Amino acid sequence: MTDDDRVFKALADPTRRFLLDLLFAREGRTLTELESELEMSRFGVMKHLKVLEEAGLVIARRSGREKLHFLNPVPIRLIHDRWIDKYTERHVTALVDLKNQLEDPS
Amino acid sequence: MSTNTDTLADVTTQVYRVYIKATPQKIWDAITEPEWNARYGYGAPGLYDLRPGGAYTSTASDEMRKYAAENGLPMQDVIADGQVLEIDPPRKLVQTWRLLMDESTAKEPFSKLTYEISELPAQPGVCRLTVTHDVTGAPATGALTGGELEESGAGGGWAWVLSDLKTLVETGSAFSS
Repeated sequence: MTDDDRVFKALADPTRRFLLDLLFAREGRTLTELESELEMSRFGVMKHLKVLEEAGLVIARRSGREKLHFLNPVPIRLIHDRWIDKYTERHVTALVDLKNQLEDPS
Repeated sequence: MSTNTDTLADVTTQVYRVYIKATPQKIWDAITEPEWNARYGYGAPGLYDLRPGGAYTSTASDEMRKYAAENGLPMQDVIADGQVLEIDPPRKLVQTWRLLMDESTAKEPFSKLTYEISELPAQPGVCRLTVTHDVTGAPATGALTGGELEESGAGGGWAWVLSDLKTLVETGSAFSS
């Protein structure tokens, strides 16, 4: 598997995307903290975190007796730079803005 | 529910990692040599006095000066400063860092930046570069380096800078060239 394959595979699962969103909201979380946000066994969460770590999207760092998890956005950035053409990007951004505006309930 | 209410709650750290097909020395030079570090990311040359306690300064790029002049904005010479804390070439560099270009970041305390370069025994010729940015007490700096202000034209922060560094080191030319 190439690096890109690993990232796409990691992103292809809703639980793993949810874990990334949790770390995006606040970094440096323990397994216990992440687990508390999911209806899933500790082992299940560990398995998902392992896939994310192998894709380079999550970095685990030891801090004292705790293992903290950090979001690493660089692999997504590399895919963005590789796959999203500069000119397309502008149109895409405009469409994303429009979608957000139309979906905004307020 | 989160039970982690100890001192870690006050610490804000960003961690970025990228794998680069290059020697540790080449990556080290890309970070510490102005002829290299002015060629990717924000394009501002960074000058290091490479010894513990040595000064770090980054000066405005020609493009920044041109943009400021065209828009009637002030532009100082030194846009970022800091100090080298620890150095182990070509493996590890720890420094303080403060961005002076923006009012909101200039008044924040120095943040701490750690670069770590390691070779991978399983993948000869490939190095792992990890950047750990401790932006505790510096939320405006963290927002910028986290790429949150990219849509407003402030660049994509570390993820963008490191992708560009990888491209430059591996291909010899950066995004902008």
